[in-house]
Amino acid sequence: MDLKTLTYIVVGATFALYLGIAFWARAGSTGEFYVAGGGIHPIANGMATGADWMSAASFISMAGLIAYNGYGASLFLMGWTGGYVLLAMLLAPYLRKFGKFTVPEFIGDRFYSNGARIVAVVCLILASITYVIGQMKGVGVAFSRFLEVDYDTGLYIGMALVFFYATLGGMKGITYTQIAQYVVLIFAYTIPAMFISMNLTGNPLPQLGLGSTMADGSGMTLLAKLNLVVTELGFKEYTTQTIAGRLDMFVYTLSLMIGTAGLPHVIVRFFTVPKVSDARSSAGWALVFIAILYTTAPAVGAMARLNLHATIQTGEIGSPEGNLSYEARPQWFKNWEKTGLLKFEDKNGDGRIQYYNDKNPEMAKKAEAFGWKGNEMVKVDRDIIVLANPEIAKLPNWVIALVAAGGLAAALSTAAGLLLAISSAISHDLLKGVFMKGISEKAELRAGRIAMAGAIMVAGYLGLHPPGFAAGTVAIAFGLAGASIFPALMMGIFYKRMNKEGAIAGMVAGISVTMLYVFQHKGILFIQGTEFLGDLGPNWFLGIQPNAFGAIGAVVNFAVAIMVSKMTAETPQHIQDLVESIRTPRGAGAATH
Amino acid sequence: MQPRPAQRAYWQRNTRLTVALLCVWFVSTFVAGYFADELNHFTLFNFPFGFYLFAQGSLLIYLIIIGIYVSYMNRLDRDWVRESAPGEPRTRFPSSGE
Repeated sequence: MDLKTLTYIVVGATFALYLGIAFWARAGSTGEFYVAGGGIHPIANGMATGADWMSAASFISMAGLIAYNGYGASLFLMGWTGGYVLLAMLLAPYLRKFGKFTVPEFIGDRFYSNGARIVAVVCLILASITYVIGQMKGVGVAFSRFLEVDYDTGLYIGMALVFFYATLGGMKGITYTQIAQYVVLIFAYTIPAMFISMNLTGNPLPQLGLGSTMADGSGMTLLAKLNLVVTELGFKEYTTQTIAGRLDMFVYTLSLMIGTAGLPHVIVRFFTVPKVSDARSSAGWALVFIAILYTTAPAVGAMARLNLHATIQTGEIGSPEGNLSYEARPQWFKNWEKTGLLKFEDKNGDGRIQYYNDKNPEMAKKAEAFGWKGNEMVKVDRDIIVLANPEIAKLPNWVIALVAAGGLAAALSTAAGLLLAISSAISHDLLKGVFMKGISEKAELRAGRIAMAGAIMVAGYLGLHPPGFAAGTVAIAFGLAGASIFPALMMGIFYKRMNKEGAIAGMVAGISVTMLYVFQHKGILFIQGTEFLGDLGPNWFLGIQPNAFGAIGAVVNFAVAIMVSKMTAETPQHIQDLVESIRTPRGAGAATH
Repeated sequence: MQPRPAQRAYWQRNTRLTVALLCVWFVSTFVAGYFADELNHFTLFNFPFGFYLFAQGSLLIYLIIIGIYVSYMNRLDRDWVRESAPGEPRTRFPSSGE
C-alpha cells in the first residue's frame, strides 16, 4: 500500500475515534461543559493534561530546536516542565479546593470584585488568543504537510473537527479526546526514536541511547562523537552551546515556568478531578506523561543531527570525495526538497553537498582552501528533524503515517483546550457572572456552545491571516499569563491581606509592563516600523529579550499589588475566612458554581 | 473567625515543606543552569553533568519533588481529618455538603 493511502487510513481512523468519543461524551450540564463533571481520575486527567499541554510546537519543533541549539534549548525544556512543580504545590490543590469552574471566577470571588474578574478575563483572553494563533497555524501546517492539502483546507478540516467535539462535549468531550490524542501522539513520537536509538547505539531506549557508546565500533560516546562532528564543521560544541546570556536565559526560563503555571487552559484541567489530593497527584501524573516525550526529544535531536551530518559528510572533511554527491542524495532528501524545507544550492559547482558553518571565520578560511564556496545547505528547516526522522532511519510506511496522526493529535488537543478556556471565560465569567446574572443553566450551556463556536471562528480567521508576528508568539503568551494571572492567583492563596485594589493594580501593571516592553522592541501591536527601540541585544533592558520579559512583569505585579494593598482598606473578614477554607483540605466536593 | 490551632499547624507544615521543595526546584533549575559550564567538567552516566541536567536530570528532579509533596501532603491530610474529626473514616473526605 502506498504511503498516501496508508496515511489517510491511519489519520482517518484516529479522527473517527475522536468523533466517536465526542458523540459518546456529550455534555448535558454546565458542570460537564466546563469541568467534565469533576469526576476525572487523576491519572486520566494527567494524560489529558499532557496532550493539552504538548502542542504542535512540542511535537514537531522541539527536537529540532534542541538539534540546532544543543544545550541552549535547555531553557525551553526546563521552562516548559518546571512550571508543573509550581502548579502542583502552589496552585492546583487550592484552586481545586475552591471548587468553581474558571480561573477568573476564583479571582473575582477572592478579590470580591467584578472588576478583578473582568481584568482577569481580559488577561486570559490576551494570553490565550496569542497562544491559539500559533496552534491554529500548527493545525494548518500539520494538515497540509501530512495530508498534502493546502494550508487553508487543512485549517478548515481542523476547525470543523474541533468544532464538532468541543461544542458538543465541552470539557468532557475535550478530556476524553485528549486522552486518546495523548496515546496517539506518544506512540508516534517514541516509536521512531526507539528505532533510531537502536540503530545508532544498540540501545532501544532513546534516553539511555543518548548516553551510550556508538554502535559503529568507534568506542566513542554518542555525545562525544556529535561534539566532534559539529565542531569539525565549524559549528558550536553541542553540549555547551548557548543561545542567550546567562541572565537572559535565567529570566526566560522563569517566564516560561510561571507562564505554564498561569495559563488558564492548563489550570482548569485540575478542576476536573474529584478531590484536592487528586489535584496534587494529577499534576505529578501530567509531568510523568509529559516527561516521556520531553526526555525523548533531546535524544531525537542529537541523533537526528548526527544522522544528518553523517549522510552529507560521508568521508573526510576536505577530501573531494568526502561529501555526498547531489545526484546520489537519498529519497527523503528529494521528498523534503519538494516541500521547501530543505534547500540545496551548488555554490562551488562541484555537484557535491557541503554543509558547514560558513559564519565561523576559522572554518571559512579552511573551507576556502578546500575549494568550498560557502554552506550549500541554504535551508534546513528545524522541523525536518521530527518530520523526516522515520524516513532518514528507513522505517516502514506505517510509522510515517503514525507520525502524521501524532502531529495532528498534538495540534488539535492544545487548540481545543485553549478554545474552551476562552469560551468559558466569556459564557461563565462575563455573561453568567457579570452581565446576565439571572441566566438559566440551560441558557448558559447554550451560550457556552455559541461562545465556543465564536472562538473557533476568530481563531480560524487569525490562523488564515496570521498577524506578521506569528513566530515567537507562543513565548509571549507565556509572558502575558505569567505576568498577570500567576501572581494574582498566588497572592490570592498565600497572602490573606491582598485586597481587591492591590490585585487589580498588580494585574494591570504586570501585563502592561510586559506588553509595553514587547511593543517597544517588536512594534506597537507588532506593526513593523512602530517600534521605538530596535529588537537587538544592546537595546534590551539588562540584555533581556522581549520573549523573556514575563518574569519581570510578574515582579512588577507583585510589587505594585503589595504596595497598593498596604495603602488601601483591609480584606473583609468573610474573604479571610474564604482563604482559610481554601487552605484546609476538608470538604472539597464536586465543582459547583 | 480565627483559624483553629490544628488548622494553623497544618498550614505551617504545608508551607514549610513547600518552601523547602521550592528551594530544591530553584537550585536544580537556576543555580545549576547558571553554572552549567562549570558543572560540565563532571560526568554522569557518560554525560557532561550540566548537559545531563538539561536533557533528563532536571525533569527527574521535578518528578521527585512532586512525588514527595504528594505523599507528604496525603499523610498530613489524613492526620488532619483524624485530629479534627475523630469519628470519620481516615482516607475519605466528606463531600461538600458537610
